[in-house]
Amino acid sequence: MTDRVAAGPAAGGKATSAPIMGRDEEPTLFELSSPGRRAWSFRTTNLPEWDAADLVPAEHLRAEPAPIAEASERDVVAHFTRLTHRQYSVDLGAYPLGSCTMKYNPKLCDDAASLSGLTGTHPATPAHLSQGWLELLADLADRLCRITGMHDATVQPAAGAAGELTGLLLMRAWHADAGRQRTKVIIPDSAHGTNPASVTLGGYETVTVPSDERGCVDLAALRERLDEDVAGIMLTNPNTLGLFEEDIAEMAAAVHEVGGLLYYDGANLNAILGVTRPGDMGFDIVHMNLHKTFAVPHGGGGPGAGPVAVSERLAPYLPGPLPVRGDDGAYQWVMPERSIGRVHSWHGNSLALARAYSYILANGADGLRRVAEVAVLNANWLRHRLRDSYDVPFDRPNMHELVVSTTSLKKASGLRALDVAKRLLEEGFHAPTVYFPLIVDEALMIEPTETESPQTLEALAQALERIAASPEGAKEAPRTTPVGRVDEARAARQLIPTWDARPLPTGDAAAERIEAPSARY
Amino acid sequence: MGHFVPHTDAEIDVMLDFMGLSSLDELFAVVPEALRLAAGVGDSGGGEPRHLDIPDGLSEPDVAVAMEHLAARNSVGPDLLCFAGGGAYDHEVPSTVRRVAMRSEFVTAYTPYQPEVAQGVLQTLFEYQTMLARLTGVEIANASLYDGASACVEAVNLAAAATGRPVAWVSRGVNPNWREVMRTFAAGTGHEVVDVDLHDGVTRWPAGTTDSATAGGGQPGAVVVQYPNYLGCLEDLAEARRVADDHGALLVVAFDPVAAGLLHSPGSFGADVVVGEGQPFGTPLSFGGPYLGLFACRKEHVRRLPGRLVGETVDTEGRRAYVTTLRTREQDIRREKASSNVCTNQTLIAVCCAVQLAWLGTTGLQELALRCARGARYTREAMLGLDGVEPLVGSPVFREFAVHLPVPADVAVERMAEEGYLAGIALGDDIGEEYGEGLLVAVTERRTRDEIDAYAAALEKVIR
Repeated sequence: MTDRVAAGPAAGGKATSAPIMGRDEEPTLFELSSPGRRAWSFRTTNLPEWDAADLVPAEHLRAEPAPIAEASERDVVAHFTRLTHRQYSVDLGAYPLGSCTMKYNPKLCDDAASLSGLTGTHPATPAHLSQGWLELLADLADRLCRITGMHDATVQPAAGAAGELTGLLLMRAWHADAGRQRTKVIIPDSAHGTNPASVTLGGYETVTVPSDERGCVDLAALRERLDEDVAGIMLTNPNTLGLFEEDIAEMAAAVHEVGGLLYYDGANLNAILGVTRPGDMGFDIVHMNLHKTFAVPHGGGGPGAGPVAVSERLAPYLPGPLPVRGDDGAYQWVMPERSIGRVHSWHGNSLALARAYSYILANGADGLRRVAEVAVLNANWLRHRLRDSYDVPFDRPNMHELVVSTTSLKKASGLRALDVAKRLLEEGFHAPTVYFPLIVDEALMIEPTETESPQTLEALAQALERIAASPEGAKEAPRTTPVGRVDEARAARQLIPTWDARPLPTGDAAAERIEAPSARY
Repeated sequence: MGHFVPHTDAEIDVMLDFMGLSSLDELFAVVPEALRLAAGVGDSGGGEPRHLDIPDGLSEPDVAVAMEHLAARNSVGPDLLCFAGGGAYDHEVPSTVRRVAMRSEFVTAYTPYQPEVAQGVLQTLFEYQTMLARLTGVEIANASLYDGASACVEAVNLAAAATGRPVAWVSRGVNPNWREVMRTFAAGTGHEVVDVDLHDGVTRWPAGTTDSATAGGGQPGAVVVQYPNYLGCLEDLAEARRVADDHGALLVVAFDPVAAGLLHSPGSFGADVVVGEGQPFGTPLSFGGPYLGLFACRKEHVRRLPGRLVGETVDTEGRRAYVTTLRTREQDIRREKASSNVCTNQTLIAVCCAVQLAWLGTTGLQELALRCARGARYTREAMLGLDGVEPLVGSPVFREFAVHLPVPADVAVERMAEEGYLAGIALGDDIGEEYGEGLLVAVTERRTRDEIDAYAAALEKVIR
């Protein structure tokens, strides 16, 4: 152990010691409901107490109140608190989910986004009375441009996928303005699923380019696919194998040669902060996942934020309005000259943007480079550490994440990637991403992030080694979690998307419930 | 420098040594030299070598001061008492929501891809879906979309796929920002978004099937209406249903979930898809986000449902458990054939919504809607009592309404701000020329009689 980092308490990294994971079922709110109970209270307004019938025409007035539940404040708090005890989270332990960048979310960002001067602002407040917000959004866009080497940015897109589609619409508007009819967008076979889905919604056809034996885009195959129908290419760099696309300059030149644009999927931006910039690589459009790279907490699936930065020639097409500083120092909303239009109800996921802004302020240039350095250090260390126990299909210097595989273990003992994932839950860690990227058999994609300590990495590596060495019982895992392996097939076959859709003891009543809820409400 | 990386320099050296490396820079040998930034910091002035050209990091208290400085430059609360709505409402967010929904297990969890350790988020979403299905009156609700606008976009996409007709008739009574977003994304899908005019504040649908030509475009696959609409008026959903039936289109209703406490559910009028903005339940104004895209539909459309869906199932021991289901609809599996690209959604805001709805409960939601309607009635009467203030439309309203002032609405908003009020939203021509001069006013349960009387008095002064 001395040649590694001494194993020690995995402070903050491992959840086995946490007093969670009670295995008792928590009833639903609807089962807890007790007629007559209430938690609500409202201001004393002294307004006339008109009846509903005085206020709403009869044909619009519902006969019965919409049934929600009836519970006291104590019931509500206890219920949801007990549910949180059946939930893993970053604050509890490590989340080495490849491509998701589940880093620790600094608490100062929570407080920054809770300031009443930020939470209390109506989005239609005139610009001169919301200068703090306009400055924050403009300065955030400016810093994101400097980080990515781009010219101008919109912060409206609410998530990475929204950013992708925004980027593709920018691509479309730019080509259309030049009178070019382009039909195809090229995507590597290792790409995230959002890329091809966004391409379709952007009105383009996806053309897949294969990866070569190095795990990078096959440059020759790319050249074969480039023609005057190509609107552009979407790339993640480092790619989803955690490998840097070393030929990026050649790829950029080739795509630009046929008049195409390069789109940078910022899912893996964490790896290159302060090290290199998409703009320097030749990219024209960049989206960032602020909930990955800039520590906006994932919130159980969102909200995130997916700002899009572009090179100078695409700036006139950005969604608007944009906050722009005038000569007098005051900020105003300005619609870009040839804007594709709004992509959000208002100005974007503003409080998520404020969190990311405070994270960038706290880290600064020096801190952000440190983020990338240690993220890459951690992932490479794990590759070295795990190569004796797992297959490493692309065993060469990686960036912020690595992909290992259980192909050999599956042959030897039947251990599959999913089994490793479920066993790891028993070990007090969240599972890595499994079966992605699609081009690797039995893939486990591991992204430790920079915020997990060497002790946590060592504990994770030891857990993975134990699982590989003792595969027996893996199919029954996890056994220590709030529920065991769940029946996903049954969930799809016998869909129960609401409490009211549950089969009741009496079959007829259940059928009626599923058939006609609107009749009751 | 930020202090969120736990490693000491000595630990970093040991890790590098284990890999046979001597510096962190060597980790980046795979990045071509020409593309690399220098490891220096601060402003580089654009010359070589390039550095990351932003300032160095600040300490935690220094960040707090910087953020407080920005926050102080926004007018909020009693300094700018809110009478504006338009899709963002100044409702009470009770302590229960702030303290419970913001527990770190909810805030710092990832998407529930490993259901065995994500039952907290999954069950909360299941309860959210149940409450939303009850409010909308249709059977299936998803686990959230980004905002009201994105929910409208997805609804139009679903309807186009279900009917094979990429044309949407969209009432001009639908939130103009949402309509703009629908047009933005229609540039990619090729869908045609046809505006349908209002008459006296409510939608005037083309009379018969033959009139569709005059509305422009082909037969619609979607008929989209808001209830109550952007001007606060109560649309005739039964008529909208008939229009949709005449054309074999799906009826998409953008509903106000607060108003649903008193109004019939869109589902009871036969809506196929119900969308909306969930911000009123548990999310402060927040300068417009993150909000909550509400999306629900009839069960025959479940295979086209965008976004995540949680379903009940059992674990290996037969215990009740929840899991994201019908996953084959989603982009990570269907890729270019997926009907939606949504991945990251607004789960935490859906959690806030679920907790707030639990706090309100059956009686609280009804009471909330009633209080909003009372406040709106009182405010409207107070305003119409002022010289020169006229109703913009005669149709019945619920909790939001538009008036015509003797001065331009944007001027009134400007002057009222000096009096300490966000008077409302100055309407634009995008709703219809005849509404372009109006002031849109919203009243929530937070406004008291004294506040409203003072608002009316201030308005009297500024329009004189």
